Order: sequence, then structure tokens, then C-alpha cells
Amino acid sequence: MAIETQPERAEPVGRGPEVAGAGRPWWLRPGVVTGLVGAVIGYFLGHWLGNLLGGDYARSALADTNDVAIVLGYAFGVIGWLAGLGVFNDLFGLMLGRPLPEEPRLLGREEPGVGKYFRYTLDHKVVGIQYLYGMIAYFLTGGLFAMAIRSELLSPTYHLIGPEQYLMVVGEHGTMMMMMMSSVILGPFGQYFGPLLIGSKRVAFPRLEALGFWLTPAAYVILLSAVLMGGFPTGWTGYEPLATQATQGEDAYFFAFGLMGISMILAGFNMIVTVITYRAPGMRWSRLPMFVWSMFTVSFLQVLAVPVLVGACFMALADRTFQTAFFANQLGGSSFLYEDLFWFFGHPEVYILALPGFGVISEVVSVFCRKPLFGYKVAAAGMLGVGILSFFVWQHHLFDSGINPDMRPLFMLTTELISIPTGFIYLVGMGTFWKARIKFSIPMLFALAFYFNFLLGGISGVFLSDVPADVTEHGSFFVMAHFHYTIMGGLIFAFMAGIYYWLPKMTGIKLNERLGKIHFWTMFIFFNSTFLPLFALGMAGMPRRVFEYARNLQTLNDWVSISAFLLGGSILIFLINFVMSMLFWREPEVGNPWRARSLEWQLSSPPPPENFKRVPVILSDPYEYGVPGALPVAELNPPLGVIAGAYAPASGGVEG
Amino acid sequence: MSSAEITASTGGDAPAEPRHGWRLFIMWFVLALAADLVIWFVWYPHMPPGRMSDNAKGQQFDIAVLAVSAAPVIIFVLLYFIYSIVVWRAKPGDESDGAPIHGNVKVQLAWIAGTTAIVLWLFIFGTVELVAPGGAGGGEGPSPIWTLAGTKSSTWAPGGNDTLQVQVIGQQWVWTYRYPQFGGFESSVLYLPENTPVEFHVTSLDVIHSFWAYKLGVKADANPGVDNVAYTSATALGGFEVRCNELCGIWHGAMYNSGYIVSPSAFASWASGVQSKEQADGVLTALPPYALTYDPTVVPQLGKQIVTIDGITGGAGYYYGPGNPVTP
Repeated sequence: MAIETQPERAEPVGRGPEVAGAGRPWWLRPGVVTGLVGAVIGYFLGHWLGNLLGGDYARSALADTNDVAIVLGYAFGVIGWLAGLGVFNDLFGLMLGRPLPEEPRLLGREEPGVGKYFRYTLDHKVVGIQYLYGMIAYFLTGGLFAMAIRSELLSPTYHLIGPEQYLMVVGEHGTMMMMMMSSVILGPFGQYFGPLLIGSKRVAFPRLEALGFWLTPAAYVILLSAVLMGGFPTGWTGYEPLATQATQGEDAYFFAFGLMGISMILAGFNMIVTVITYRAPGMRWSRLPMFVWSMFTVSFLQVLAVPVLVGACFMALADRTFQTAFFANQLGGSSFLYEDLFWFFGHPEVYILALPGFGVISEVVSVFCRKPLFGYKVAAAGMLGVGILSFFVWQHHLFDSGINPDMRPLFMLTTELISIPTGFIYLVGMGTFWKARIKFSIPMLFALAFYFNFLLGGISGVFLSDVPADVTEHGSFFVMAHFHYTIMGGLIFAFMAGIYYWLPKMTGIKLNERLGKIHFWTMFIFFNSTFLPLFALGMAGMPRRVFEYARNLQTLNDWVSISAFLLGGSILIFLINFVMSMLFWREPEVGNPWRARSLEWQLSSPPPPENFKRVPVILSDPYEYGVPGALPVAELNPPLGVIAGAYAPASGGVEG
Repeated sequence: MSSAEITASTGGDAPAEPRHGWRLFIMWFVLALAADLVIWFVWYPHMPPGRMSDNAKGQQFDIAVLAVSAAPVIIFVLLYFIYSIVVWRAKPGDESDGAPIHGNVKVQLAWIAGTTAIVLWLFIFGTVELVAPGGAGGGEGPSPIWTLAGTKSSTWAPGGNDTLQVQVIGQQWVWTYRYPQFGGFESSVLYLPENTPVEFHVTSLDVIHSFWAYKLGVKADANPGVDNVAYTSATALGGFEVRCNELCGIWHGAMYNSGYIVSPSAFASWASGVQSKEQADGVLTALPPYALTYDPTVVPQLGKQIVTIDGITGGAGYYYGPGNPVTP
């Protein structure tokens, strides 16, 4: 793959207009405003159409409980939103034979102002920043729902919110976190740094990438709109036949999850093609940064597993609207089918959440240990191994559900096998710490916390994989503690490490260090004090998603709730730090503050609009810290038209 | 895994360097041994889910063995990280790089061998524990392959080793228990005899529920139209709680009731008493014939009436007035 995909141009050749609709007033240019107008028009159009089509057999059109109208309203609303954003403009332009507008950044020109963040912009760095703000907003929303759950659980009987509202809050929290946070690292850091780390000027499919982002606010709003219809009672799993029995909030759940699924597929597809075809000359597979490996693996999981979810959501919506019976046992369908489809997606999904964390942590650890990554091949094999095995474990969610009993030892084996490649990640981390020069920067603190949290999360997963022990633990707070340790303690801690590590690169501004340290320590302490007791609660027999529990568990639950509020306070410290640093303090950090070797840190902060003036030639591994005579990671200004093999030394100067 | 570390330290140390591997190994060995002894001798007898049935005992044993296996691993990893951040932290102002170690084949192979051995041990142990006590109390679906030894017959009497069959019927948001060997009467409290193999047939009338008798070590999903079989055998007298463990709608959190383990003779007299009372009330004749799955829609086809109270169909059966099923 040593072919230059971007022809070097002596001078820009103007083709079409640079920004669509540049001559119009700002509120008429394609962007968020026109998108919102399109969404509203689309919603009402779809709603009207749904009442026209399904008014006679769905519940009651007048009471606005017609599922057909609501689903079509969402569908047309999304199309209107995308049309208003201008997603289809280039497509129609091509059909009409008009020249495509040129991306200004590829001509080396930066778009001034913040307007580009509110438009369908094709720059992967803009999309990365859009994702960053979006994901923080989604995370905070999900977190507020968690605060509501913990407030209700202060007392063993219901006292604050009724049972219906409680389930609404539980469902919103779970779904918001599980579906939106699947892109929390792949979105901001994957889109932003994926091309930079492989030495590319662009991603393979910038339109798909931008579309992937702009679907997330739509999914977010649709998921939240369930609140207006009383929420959905199924939690984040949406089990049938409860989902068919539920009221209209369930439509929002399935539609939003399916929509976010499409966003994940698009993002994954783009990432796979970008990594395979857009690597700079000399960027061999054996030099690919670990973060790119994790993005690459996650993208395969998304492209292969998420379509199953989209299919399941579609079938469930069909059951609810035009009265099919895929999942109705009494009518020849099967509720097991939904469980299988959901978890066939759902288990790769939890690795879609976990693997990006491994990637970020591997980058951070190598830089702050000032050592090469220990066992590079083992790390890559670990990621691929986890990714592949994750497709073969899904029935461990169904050990007690009445599946064929002889399936249980098999899925116990596959589930336990996955701890071998996961162990590789620990081997790599621990090997890198051996005789290192460890620096306690904030990203490194988060990385260490990641190893601690993910260790407890992973080991508790082994307890769950053991069928006899799982009979006690399944569906209890033990499971909840387990996956909060892996996702919150793993993914979100890695996300925070990524923010402190990469924000100076993305914005040229660094976050305040004192507040950052306070944020880290409060988050680490209160995270553990929130979730560690949940293991005990689950073992003591407290099922998930209940608003009533045994009175003798109240002390522990109150402890957890108070810790959870303090954990929320810690996130608030982060938010204050983020907002103040970005808007008011604006402490510049333009150089290479971590003295990192990897490619993105060799550029200015933020990187120039077209990333690299010339396509760089990669000379050595990104992790060669302390290696005598190691070449710099890349030649950023190679002679024109150079081809990899002819220029880079065969071995890159070091053993690969 | 400790052997991996020894290999690493003896690999290429400078003479002045302390022997990190040995230090780590000794600290790890002492701590892990202490933790395992505490877990086994102090914690194990109090571990969940207690010892009220053979399944619960088995699960308690499993959890204890897993804890004993996990503690050394957790201690090893944490100890290693603590040790390394104490010993190898950069002094302030130290801008030098660490040793350029790219990997160590012996360490990597030892790690892979170690984790594989642990995984295979856990798999074999888990499978043995699953098969031996009748499927470990988990729902085995309509055709169980691991069962408890006991004579199956259409009646049940104390003294022999008859298997007691109990149908567990979940519905929003109540549990009802049906005893087919006693004329198929229904009860809203689960009574079970001590030291008797019990075969649960778990099913649902509407959405998916999950029958969780925590102290008995039984958990089986109640799927509509599906018979899910689970086994247990209680070994101690006392009360226990049954909770729904699968989200089933708004009152899921309030879907629980209680059960009691009584002596076989007390159970027999209770059961035949309820049977004759429900016989006299005409409830038994109104019930649909016993089937492995429970389908109330057959009742009108049988020419019988479904009883509604204040417009709500009550009880699992839908067939009886407010005095039934028996709530002792």
C-alpha cells in the first residue's frame, strides 16, 4: 500500500464553490438550523402519512398512540434533518452534472470561525471535534439519569419517582450509555487521529464519516423523546414480548438504537477502508500504532455485529407497527430469537466499548513509561483475538433462559477463553512498566486506574462465565457492577486519559493540571466506592432494575448512592475544568508536551488543515523510546513522488 | 505467572540492580497465600447464596473456588503495578528513557501458558460442577439432560425418594405455584419439603420473567409458552424469598413472594389439605388440565369461565374467586 493516494498539486485548482451556499445569509446555508427545520417538516409529514396508512388498525390516532405514525414521523424526520444539513446536496449535484465543491482544507486553507462545527463538514478533524462535544453531552445526559436512579434507590421502597418513571430513567440511562458511548473513543479520537496516525491527509469516505456523526444527534433526540411518551419499560435490552406490549416510548427506543447502529456501521466501514488503503508509505502493519489497531478491530466488530442489531430493531418495529410476529411465541414467533439477535450484537458491542480503551491506554503507557511497547505483536494479537472471540460468546447472557442445556459448557469455554487475549493487554502493560521511567502525568494516572478497574471488571467476568456461580449472579447487581467496572472504569477512564493526552493536540489548549489531578483522584475514589459495593449487593440477592429491595440492604445502597453523587461531582469538576480551560483560561500548549514519538505529535497543534503538506514517509515504529540510533518516526517533507520501499530502510532501523 | 517474572529479571540485569523478580515473587506468594487462606477458612462459610439447598451449597463452593483462584491473579497484577510505580518512577527532572525492551519471548510464552492453564482449569471445574448437582439449579429448557435422582410418579408421598413437581407460573406481576401431583391445585406461596428432589417447571403467561429463589440456588427464566426445567433439593428448614429476575414491566421491582421449606410430613398434610379445600370450592375442576406450559386461552375452549374481580383477572389461573388460591 505504498501508493500515494493524494496527487501532489503545485497549485490549487478551483472547481466548484468551497462552501455550499456561501452566498446566502447564514440561516439559509445548509447547517444545523436548516436541518432542524427539515426535521420538523419531515416529522409532521411522516406522522400524517402514518395516521393515513395505519390509522385504522393501530391503537388510536387521535390519542397520538399510533405506532405507525410515530415511527414514520421519526423516519421522515431523520431524512428531513439530513436533507436540511445538506447531506444529499453533493449526491443531487452529481446527478445534475454539477462539479463537486472542493474541500478547502485539502488546498491548505483553514475555514475560519466556528460555523464549520455546525455544518455537514467533510474534514475529519472537524468531525472529531464535533464528536467530542457530542459525546460529552450524551455522557452527561446519561449520567444525570444515573443520578436519578441512585436517588430512588436511597430507600428500599419507592419514594421519589414512581415505578413507571423509575423504569423510564433506567432505560434511558442504560440505552444512552450503551448506544451512544459505543462511539465515545472511536468518534472523537478515532476520527481525528486515525488519519493523522497513519500519515494520511484524509479519510476514505469523508461523507460517510460526517453522516455517521450527524446521525448521532438525531438518535439522541429520538431516544430522549421517549420521555415525552412515558419512556420504555424494557431497559437497554428491549426484550420481547415486553417490548411489543409496551407503549409508544418503545418505538423511540428501537428507532434510536437502530439509527445509532447505522451510524456505527458507517463509522466502522470508513475506518476499515481508511486504515487499509490510506496508510502512508512505510506505514507497515507492523508499525501501525496500537490505537489504530484497536480502531481497526472495533470497526470490524461494528461492521459485522451491528447489522444484526439493526435487523432486530427493524423486526421489532415491524412487530409493533404492521403486526408481524417475529418475536411473539403465541403466534409462531420466538422471544428467544430476539434474545439471540440482540446478544449476538450485544456481546461484540461490549468489546466495541472495551477495545478502544485498550488502544488509548497502550499509546499513553508507552509514552509515559518512556519505553517501547512490550510485545507489540502480542498487543495486536490480543485485540484481534478479543474481537474474533467476541462473536462466539453471546449465549452466556442466556445461561438460565432455557436454551439447550448442553450449549452451556461450550459457551462457558468460549467466554473463559476470551480472558486469554484480554490478558495480553495486561501482559503488554506490565511488560512496559518493567524498568521504565514512569511519569505521573494525568493521562498516565487514568491509564493506571484503567488497569485497576478493568482488572476487577475482568475477573468478575470470570465469575459470571462459570455457569453454577452465574446462577446466583446472573441478572443481579453483581452483573451491573461487572459491566460498570469494564465500561465506566475501562472505557470512560480511557476516554478521560485520551482527553488529557490529546486535547492539546486537537485544540492547542491544555486543561488545567491542578483541577485535572483533583478530577482524577475524586473520580477514581468515588468510582470505586460507588461500584465496589454493588458486587456485594448482587451477591446478597438484589436483582437489577428494581425500585424495591430488601430492607437490610439499605445501608449499602445509601452508601452507593452518596458515592454516586460524589462521582457526579467529580465529573462536574471535569466539566468546569473543560469549559474554563477551553473558553477562558486558554493556556496554550503548542509543542510536544509529552515528548511523544508518534506521528500526530510531530505536527503543529492543532495540525495544519490538510494534515501533512506532503504525504510523509514512515521510517520507524512509533514506540522506539530509548532505542539507541532510532530513526525519527517519519520524514514529514520527503522529496516529491517518493515511494516507500525505495526510501525507507528495509528494517526501519530497528527490529519490527 | 510468577515464573514469568523470574525469567524476566534473570534475563539481563545489571549486577547492581536488585532482583526484582524474586522480590515480587516472595511478596506475591505471601500475600496470595494469606488471601487464599482467609477466603477459604474465614469467608467461604459465609459466602452467598448460603447452604439451604444442595444447589446453593454447590454455588457457594464454586464462588469460593473461583475467589481462591482469582485472588492470586488480582494480587499479582496489583502488586506488580504498585511495585513498578514505586521502584521505577522517574525522579523529578529525569528526562531519560527506559530500557529499550521490545519483548521477551520466554515471558510471553509463560504468560500465554499460564493464562491458558487457568482458563482450562476453570472450564473443567465449571463443567463438573454444572453436571454433578442436577444442572446447578439453572433453567435447562424443556428437555433437561442433567437431573436429580428421584422416582417420578403421578403422586407424591413423604418417606420415599419421589420427585416433587412444581409448576412455577409467572405473570405480571405475581408468582403462582401449581402442584400437579396434588390434583393440580395452585398456591401463591411456595411450600417445599426438606430433603426431597424438586423439579420446577417454569413458564409464563405474558412476558419473560425469571424465577429466582436465591437461597435455593435456583434461577430459571419464565418464557411464555416454554417449559423451563430446573432442579433443587432443600437441605434445611426455613423461609426464603422468590424474586423476579428479568425486567417484566413497571411492577417488576415489586414482583416477589415467599416460600418455606417444611418437613415432608408437614408438606404432605398442607398439600392434601389445600387440595381438598380447592376441590370443595370447585377451583380444581375449573382449572385447565395440567400441561407443561400454561395457556389460559384454552379455558373458554373447555367451556369454562374465566373469573374476573373488579374487571381484573386475578391470580395465575384466572379461574377462581378472591378466596383462592390459598394464601396461608
